[in-house]
Amino acid sequence: MAKGLYVHIPFCEYICYYCDFNKFLINNQPVDEYLEALDRELASYTMDKLQTVYIGGGTPTALSAAQVEKLMQIMDRHVPVTQLKEYTVEVNPGDVGEEKLSLLKAGGVDRLSIGVQTFHDSQLNSIGRGHSADEAKETVQAARQAGFDNISIDLMFGLPGQTMKDWEETLDEAMALAPPHVSAYSLKIEKQTRFYNWWREGKIAPLPEEEEADMYELLVDRLESHGLHAYEISNFARAGYSSRHNRIYWQNEEYIGAGAGAHGYTGGVRYANIKPLNHYIQAVQEKGSPVQTTHPVTRKEQIEEEMFLGLRLYEGVSTKRFYQKYGCAAEDIYPESIQEAKRKAWLAEADGRLFLTEEGKLLGNEVFALFLLDDEPENN
Amino acid sequence: MKEQEKLERQKRIRNFSIIAHIDHGKSTLADRILESTSALTQREMKDQMLDAMDLERERGITIKLNSVQLKYTHTDGVEYIFHLIDTPGHVDFSYEVSRSLAACEGALLIVDAAQGIEAQTLANVYLALDNDLEILPIINKVDLPSAEPDRVKQEVEDVIGLDASEAVLASAKDGIGTDEILRQIVEKVPPPQGDPSAPLQGMIFDSVYDTYRGVIAYIRIKEGTVKPGEKIRMMQTGKEFEVSDVGVFNPKPVSCDELTVGDVGFLIAGIKNVGDSRVGDTITNAHNPASEPLPGYKRMNPMVFCGLFPTDASKYNALRDALERLELNDSSLQFEAETSQALGFGFRCGFLGLLHMEIIQERIEREYNIELITTAPSVIYHVQMVDGEMKEIDNPSNMPDAQQVEWVEEPFVKATVMVPNDYVGAVMELCQAKRGEFKDMKYMDDTRVNIVYDLPLTEIVYDFFDQLKSQTKGYASFDYEFIGFKESNLVKMDILLNGESVDALSVIVHRDVAYERGKAIVEKLKDLIPRQQFEVPVQATIGKSVIARSTIKAMRKNVLSKCYGGDITRKRKLLEKQKEGKKRMKSVGKVDVPQEAFMSVLKMDKD
Repeated sequence: MAKGLYVHIPFCEYICYYCDFNKFLINNQPVDEYLEALDRELASYTMDKLQTVYIGGGTPTALSAAQVEKLMQIMDRHVPVTQLKEYTVEVNPGDVGEEKLSLLKAGGVDRLSIGVQTFHDSQLNSIGRGHSADEAKETVQAARQAGFDNISIDLMFGLPGQTMKDWEETLDEAMALAPPHVSAYSLKIEKQTRFYNWWREGKIAPLPEEEEADMYELLVDRLESHGLHAYEISNFARAGYSSRHNRIYWQNEEYIGAGAGAHGYTGGVRYANIKPLNHYIQAVQEKGSPVQTTHPVTRKEQIEEEMFLGLRLYEGVSTKRFYQKYGCAAEDIYPESIQEAKRKAWLAEADGRLFLTEEGKLLGNEVFALFLLDDEPENN
Repeated sequence: MKEQEKLERQKRIRNFSIIAHIDHGKSTLADRILESTSALTQREMKDQMLDAMDLERERGITIKLNSVQLKYTHTDGVEYIFHLIDTPGHVDFSYEVSRSLAACEGALLIVDAAQGIEAQTLANVYLALDNDLEILPIINKVDLPSAEPDRVKQEVEDVIGLDASEAVLASAKDGIGTDEILRQIVEKVPPPQGDPSAPLQGMIFDSVYDTYRGVIAYIRIKEGTVKPGEKIRMMQTGKEFEVSDVGVFNPKPVSCDELTVGDVGFLIAGIKNVGDSRVGDTITNAHNPASEPLPGYKRMNPMVFCGLFPTDASKYNALRDALERLELNDSSLQFEAETSQALGFGFRCGFLGLLHMEIIQERIEREYNIELITTAPSVIYHVQMVDGEMKEIDNPSNMPDAQQVEWVEEPFVKATVMVPNDYVGAVMELCQAKRGEFKDMKYMDDTRVNIVYDLPLTEIVYDFFDQLKSQTKGYASFDYEFIGFKESNLVKMDILLNGESVDALSVIVHRDVAYERGKAIVEKLKDLIPRQQFEVPVQATIGKSVIARSTIKAMRKNVLSKCYGGDITRKRKLLEKQKEGKKRMKSVGKVDVPQEAFMSVLKMDKD
């Protein structure tokens, strides 16, 4: 039974140069029809065991106050809000004020994830963000004033032209705001973004691996020294503030995905919704379901995912839990990979857990790839 | 058939080939001729009927020969028998071209009305003239807006010295000129000469292997007659076989009672291996043999060599099977087992040229589904040893130590480049840079120049053609022929990864360019080989001295910290791609090397 619900709001007031999520400029879009379709889609799921909700985007706060209110009502209609242990909404500096924040609060939202990215105006500008560093700080203050204490801020490193000094300043500014949670992502240049085109034209270059690695190490140290523990490769939190919703992904548990282009994992099946807005709306109206692709996860895939998702967490993969879930020991399924990763000092084992070393975290993909199996493992 | 009938029939036979530069319209004209002579019904026509293999169709070239018998009723009401013999369109196969031309009395020379004569055209025209063929010029694509038929006619007269006054102006695409071409074939191409009752002389101009019937030899009867049941002898190899079937292609193979003077068709005689049915060999009757074989036979020797290794070591036997099967059809393909420290077990293969090599590689990958790692192609070197022995080295890693070597000779070719005069400077500069020796330069007309250089074959194998294309914006046409071996100041350059010499990356280079090339190779490898867990030095060495060095830095960070929400499928795909990439690499020492790296010593960017 799904423990989490992700809701996608695919509207933005501007498109960031690096973003390849399913998103649309909000002008002239059928936002209200979308919300109605979402309403219908949500009605089709069973959500009585739900513990977490995450409304992301796009930019959920690109909605008007009235639309935010409508969204909150829709959510309230389908989701057992009072039993939730975490209810997050992504907000964007510059487009939330008192009004929207209080609507969220009233709707039961108890956690905000604020897209700050960097505290340098020139860099915000060069990655296509439509807000200033000051607006980001003001948004954090406003969120607190509205009664949110569980606040996460998103940061980005490895931006073109970003120096170690820039990054250090951004980290200091972030720590000065004392958020209990930080997500920090390194820039990845994806297809169908402005950055991709510029990269192909040679106009921008990603930072060298060395610098990115140094930035990551600085990030871990600096946040640690402020009491934010790296509980996952790119997520940091004070005790008690790690994201429950995101843990569902990493612990390979099931969740519902709703909205255009959203992904879900229910009843052993991973599914993806239709991405184009109008097609999504039409599908919901005509068939009651916007699901475009479904993939029943095989045992092999489930085991692989258990590893490459679980190893992202600080505590790694519990060998006991693995055994309980799959009826055999991780060592028996990965006799060579585990040895190899340990030999290379990428992986360690202690207290019944397999987890990444510091070097292993930097080279996560190398380690994860080791845990892809060639053949379906034997069932015992 | 009675003697008299045979002689009468012989007068009605016309054997011809089509000579053309790539893209000048050879296959299209062949199609038109096939249609007009009702060899095929419209339904049977696939465009470009004669190019059989997918690969040929894709590349627009002909690799294996075909011949077809056609019936044509002339304006005089008499029915003529045409044999159209297709020729391969590439320099690698010029010997096959010369043999198929030798099977004809005439040739249609197609010249593009806009492009004019190209180097390849010229080379084949000379082959046709060597074989005393009647050449009928055809100016094709006259319907193109850029067509200049008069200029091209003039060029045919000036450059080749043919009378072009009756050249047919044609558009094979639209069927314009086809009737005139057929008429001229009857009137201008001489009928075959020869005596049907003389001792048999049949020339093999191609042979293919068929799983069910064994070798099918494509032959042209020059003298005598052959029929099933007769015992034949291959005059070069001396092997004897009993004929089980003869026939013609229409274009499907159709058996007939006998083949006699002027006939072009097939012969099946329980031959197990194409090596016993060599192109250019003469078939004679074992009991009543001809006194001499037909002239012009040559044993074809490979000119270009490379190592082929299966990416997946367990496919070694499958690769051997594939090569053996290809060899059945291709007597110029050579291979022998090779063991590389870096790449494991594979084969050293010899080819007629670069195209031949590419074709074989592609066929192995496509038809036999074996992924290959290919080493950079090399030529054959004559190495005079201090002890007096002469070694032939086709694999750079086998080059003996410099102390044991008296001198080294490398193969040279005569290269003919035809180019608009604006590019003469660029071509000459390139040829000089490639150690060429200037031989000749002629203006073909006001704007086109024919430049002849002697060039080391290894430079052609390296990147001459790519560079020629880029420096002449594709306007140059190019042809070459092997002329012999010349002494050169050559050295073996080894490439070391992490301090270990990688045999598959060794190259033989001229000492004057060794430094430059070494530098280019180590830089290229630095970019091609992904970062490893440790720092990897890349060195180019000659003997014990390091002449160039680069460093592949240690891997520092490779982890996706980007958030994909719940899109696990995407994460999975990324990891799978990474795993797949790793699989395709070869571990050399402790370093994972991708396939492209082994070819990198060949394909070098200019800067």
